[in-house]
Amino acid sequence: MSWQPSASIDNIKRRAMLLKTIRQFFDAKDVMEVDTPAMSQATVTDVHLHTFATTFVGPGSAHGQKLYLQTSPEFHMKRLLCAGSGAIYQICKSFRNEESGRFHNPEFTMLEWYQPDYKQLDLVKEVDELLQLALNTLPSEIMTYQEVFISHTGLDPLVDQLDVIRQYALTKNLGDFVATEQCKDTLLQLIFCFIIEPLIGLDRPVAIINFPASQAALARIDENDPRIASRFEFYYKGVELANGFHELSDAKEQLLRFERDNQQRIEAGLAQQPIDRYLIDALEAGLPNCSGVALGVDRLLMLATGSSHISEVVSFDISRC
Amino acid sequence: MATVSTNEFKNGLKLMFDGEPSTIIENETVKPGKGQAFNRVKIRKLISGKVLEKTIKSGETFDVADVMECDLAYLYNDGEFWHFMNNETFEQIAAEQKAVGDAVKWLVEQDECIITLFNGNPIIVTPPNFVELEVTETDPGLKGDTAGTGGKPATLSTGAVVRVPLFIQIGEVIKVDTRTGEYVSRVAK
Repeated sequence: MSWQPSASIDNIKRRAMLLKTIRQFFDAKDVMEVDTPAMSQATVTDVHLHTFATTFVGPGSAHGQKLYLQTSPEFHMKRLLCAGSGAIYQICKSFRNEESGRFHNPEFTMLEWYQPDYKQLDLVKEVDELLQLALNTLPSEIMTYQEVFISHTGLDPLVDQLDVIRQYALTKNLGDFVATEQCKDTLLQLIFCFIIEPLIGLDRPVAIINFPASQAALARIDENDPRIASRFEFYYKGVELANGFHELSDAKEQLLRFERDNQQRIEAGLAQQPIDRYLIDALEAGLPNCSGVALGVDRLLMLATGSSHISEVVSFDISRC
Repeated sequence: MATVSTNEFKNGLKLMFDGEPSTIIENETVKPGKGQAFNRVKIRKLISGKVLEKTIKSGETFDVADVMECDLAYLYNDGEFWHFMNNETFEQIAAEQKAVGDAVKWLVEQDECIITLFNGNPIIVTPPNFVELEVTETDPGLKGDTAGTGGKPATLSTGAVVRVPLFIQIGEVIKVDTRTGEYVSRVAK
């Protein structure tokens, strides 16, 4: 066991410089920095996110109030938007349980921002600007989820049925579970991770836009094509860097997605998560038309410093904190 | 039988894959921000020795392989089996040729080997890192050569052939690294 930081002092300085660059970027655009709670009484329902929780005991909560550590600051920030904050950004710690590896530390630094009146492509452009500034990259390439699948696998993710996609995954020897997998999205994610990701965004970042509606998360469904959602992801040199949405503002639809997630959690043998009623109420009061994106600051720093493991860019990784 | 989930995966963990005890050599989590996480693991099958990569959905569970390792002293070979003994309990165990494999050329009586047992049966014999063996055959070398340029082949009492410096003579005992099969030094008698 070593008391020493897992990152070099040089990389810790690089982090300080990167944070300064990010703050200057948003300052110049008149985007306000905010600071929202890391704990919340409710949490995300996403089947694939595992939360940390703790218990508050004190005045008003003698018997203990369960509090979840945020997996991202999204819900609190959206409530600020509903309350009339205007454009906002935040650099904060987020927490995801059961995630640890080259690109994952259970506690990590996230940059999240929201721009009223932006649509998907407006925000893609702004993320690209920030990457050019922080990493000195060439302008990003933009491809739709459908295009990138067709060009690298011949599969059409919006048209092809489960068995066609499974057949492809079988020929690529992507795991024993493929033969019996019943979820099309799981197979698409598998192919994306192992076949497509290594081939894209190698010499410049790439923005993959228009994810399938079944992977919409908190994004709006496209007005003209109900098969796709206004969701994008940035990839660069094998790193998944940012995930953004033209934000869903329909409270009823949002509640429905949360409930559907919880139904899937039951089917997967997981505990249901408490739905954030404050968020639903805020959406009912009205979320301004806006787009938002979350970007992994540690990964940005990995790319800026050429580090191969996240522990090289966080001061003390999970094994030393 | 005990089971473990992908969260408990770590290097060296021994699990059942395709009905064969296997050890994890590498484990990497691949997790899209939104969506199913996967583990990409590299495993070595303990019996066949095959190394392969597998992709697994995170959260899946696997049976733990009933595999243990023990230090046992090599006794003798009866023509069919190689016999080993626990020097504390005097319990003996016989390993077949498949388990002994290449280790056969490094087996020295009374040397302690690591025997890997699966369901109580020996499946791998790992010789000590260093063994001392007598040279039974080698070309007569030049007395003056101590630098060991190039060297020459020498056959040892177990049949193993290693490269030795030119000054090594028949009848001498040498120390060999069994992991690389390389000569280490001359052993004073």
